[in-house]
Amino acid sequence: MKNMKNRIVGSRYFSFGITALLFLVLYVIGMMSYKGFLKPQVFCNLFIDNAALIIATIGITFVLLIGGIDISIGSVVALTCMTTAQLLANTQLGAGIVTIIALAIGLLFGLVQGWLIAQFDMQPFIVTLAGQFFARGLTAIISRETIDITNPTYTAVASARIYLAPKAFISVGVVIAVIALIVATLVLKYTRFGRNIYALGGSESSAQLMGLPTKKTKIATYMVSGFCSALAGVVYSLIMLSGYPLHAVGMEMDAIASSVIGGTLMSGGVAFLPGTLFGVLIQGIIQTFITFQGTLSAWWTRIIIALLLCAFIVMQTVIVRSRHRINSSEK
Amino acid sequence: MTGQVLLTMRGISKYFPGVRALENVDFTLRAGEVHALMGENGAGKSTLIKVLTGVYPKDGGEILMDGKSISPSSPLEAQKCNISTVYQEVNLCPNLTVAENIFIGREPRKAGRIDWKTINRRAAELLKQLNLEIDVTKTLDNYSVAVQQMIAIARAVDVDAKVLILDEPTSSLDENETSRLFDVVRGLKKQGLGVVFVSHFLDQIYELCDRVTVLRNGELVGAYEIEKLPRVELISKMIGKELGDIQSMGKNDAAERGEVLIEAKGLTAFGRIKDFDLTVHKGEVIGFAGLLGSGRTETAELLFGVAKPEKGTLKLGGSEIRFATPLDAMHHKIAFCPEDRKVQGIIGDLTVRENIIIGLQAKNGMWSHIPMKEQERIAEEYIKLLQIKVSSPEQLIKNLSGGNQQKAIIARWLVTEPNLLILDEPTRGIDIGTKTEIQKMVIRLAREKQMAIIFISSEIDEMTRTCTRLAVLRDRKKVTELSGDEIYPDRVMAAIAGGV
Repeated sequence: MKNMKNRIVGSRYFSFGITALLFLVLYVIGMMSYKGFLKPQVFCNLFIDNAALIIATIGITFVLLIGGIDISIGSVVALTCMTTAQLLANTQLGAGIVTIIALAIGLLFGLVQGWLIAQFDMQPFIVTLAGQFFARGLTAIISRETIDITNPTYTAVASARIYLAPKAFISVGVVIAVIALIVATLVLKYTRFGRNIYALGGSESSAQLMGLPTKKTKIATYMVSGFCSALAGVVYSLIMLSGYPLHAVGMEMDAIASSVIGGTLMSGGVAFLPGTLFGVLIQGIIQTFITFQGTLSAWWTRIIIALLLCAFIVMQTVIVRSRHRINSSEK
Repeated sequence: MTGQVLLTMRGISKYFPGVRALENVDFTLRAGEVHALMGENGAGKSTLIKVLTGVYPKDGGEILMDGKSISPSSPLEAQKCNISTVYQEVNLCPNLTVAENIFIGREPRKAGRIDWKTINRRAAELLKQLNLEIDVTKTLDNYSVAVQQMIAIARAVDVDAKVLILDEPTSSLDENETSRLFDVVRGLKKQGLGVVFVSHFLDQIYELCDRVTVLRNGELVGAYEIEKLPRVELISKMIGKELGDIQSMGKNDAAERGEVLIEAKGLTAFGRIKDFDLTVHKGEVIGFAGLLGSGRTETAELLFGVAKPEKGTLKLGGSEIRFATPLDAMHHKIAFCPEDRKVQGIIGDLTVRENIIIGLQAKNGMWSHIPMKEQERIAEEYIKLLQIKVSSPEQLIKNLSGGNQQKAIIARWLVTEPNLLILDEPTRGIDIGTKTEIQKMVIRLAREKQMAIIFISSEIDEMTRTCTRLAVLRDRKKVTELSGDEIYPDRVMAAIAGGV
């Protein structure tokens, strides 16, 4: 019995299991409390509303895996939205080209930040804080007013509905998010780049002594985060259909919270992307609860997330400790 | 064992600002031999290894591998030259699986993606060759340091190493684990690898190694066949004193022993000391003699509550006691002056007075105020007693010479009026004049204040001059005790070497 317990707690997928279980429990409670929860579209809406956050969470998870942090995400999302809106409104460029430019901006942002962090051994917090200010400032310089997106291709893609079942549809953004999630999960598991990220997070000095390209990996990791921010920005713009300097303020914090609730260790080296998806969905479902309840302030979501975060961080500490105990008793 | 020469280092020099770490050192490694690298602290062992593995660039000399000149500038390049290192603190990633730790960076791939099946299978095979059958799909942090070390060796060997450097691999292993490791090393030796073995454990050197290269103060002393080198000679080469070389210059004539102060029986703590017995009387100066890593400091820390013994008892004034923390030991009037005064001792930006008072403050508790007048009086008193050379008690301690810093630290502990004072290498890096002063001071404290003092030093002549009794430690065991007329350098050296 005790052995069994040890094996479960010792498993690498323990915190993933807890998060997924929590989501299911919340969903079942929702279905028992409110009739509306039974509609399949409610489930789909969780994805539709949070597609951008899912993508941002993928990016931040990469960075957290190497023990870093990226707090420029929300600003880069705003910058890409604004760039897209501006280019579509005032140039002849097509929607496709504009999207590619937006994504390139994200990559470039990640490259510069990653290079500064890796080359000069700078604190990622400070570098990405500077990035945050820079991107947000640049967004406001482009325009301080809202620019609406009216490009017909863009609006068509934005309003497209992809039906999974007669009464359940998803948006193009969800498709992008799910593809990104699958690709990122496979990259982490099956490529050298992915494994180097884990090694880097486990112990940077060891990774170096084992001959792994730590610098390149670091830069590439921040590029992934920059790219994900831009991709999240594109998906976000499909929902908002506008550019505005105060779009997605603080999105990086939601992403970090989702990632941690999904089992990512802030100290690096441990994360499982499908878990972070549930991290996002849990935030979404709490919002849904509050919508269905009708009278509560939406800010209750924050309070509940805060409590959840604390609970999960305590749980992680306990897991890590009990693992040590298990190991030393087996020694 | 007379394999062909695999690796030659010739005339290697390495300088750091103000320090000559290596001067014209030669080192030769043959295929199929285990070659020990020995020397006391600061001898240059680790610098030599770091030059060889590309961590430090060399300032002079050349390295030949299989007759070809190489100059690795990183551990990775050294690895490409077939030189692999397994460090004391295992350099693997705790969050990855065992198999991945062996293969990361050179994972076999199939259709562009990492082939986990092959990795796990080959890792299991590799470890089986080292007689290790474990679940390779578990993460590394599931296993003990010993197993991790084997895994590190497996990785090192599998990257086609011809030269394997083991940097103090056994310091955190128990006997069974050590002998298992040795079996592995012997197996590698048979396959024709050259193994460089760095260790402080004499017994292990004699058990495992074929040859030994001895360094001292950054210079080569010589390379010897281990079988033809008696232990005493090895020791004397390491510490740089020939037998009969040291004159007994004055002694601390054993005063009569006072009453028993502290009594240790069978003290054992893993990785520190085994079955340690010692009775300390008031007014005694007891030396802990032994090589670096023999357990001198570790044992002293045990007496001071830094670590807790797993077995054995400690009696203070006749009643049994367990120290939970160093503070606890301080309340029982034990004081400990650590080895590295820069790191563990002085607080550079505080004044001499403040540095002295800190000990008292810690003992009395954070909140008990000591009036300035009182502080000044205490500081003056001890500065005078220990003849600390300061312009004023308000001088910053970092501006004092090393010897005077050391005295200030000793003063810090003396103000707590301890019954037992432990001094760990109190004279290292101090000029000879101050050294003698500290030695005299130790003798005086014991005689006049009936203080018991445990004196730890690497310098045998210093020990013979100062101590009334010597506990000789080797390989983390107390091997013998010397007192009275037995305390003279040759005898001490022979005791440290043991099994002559």
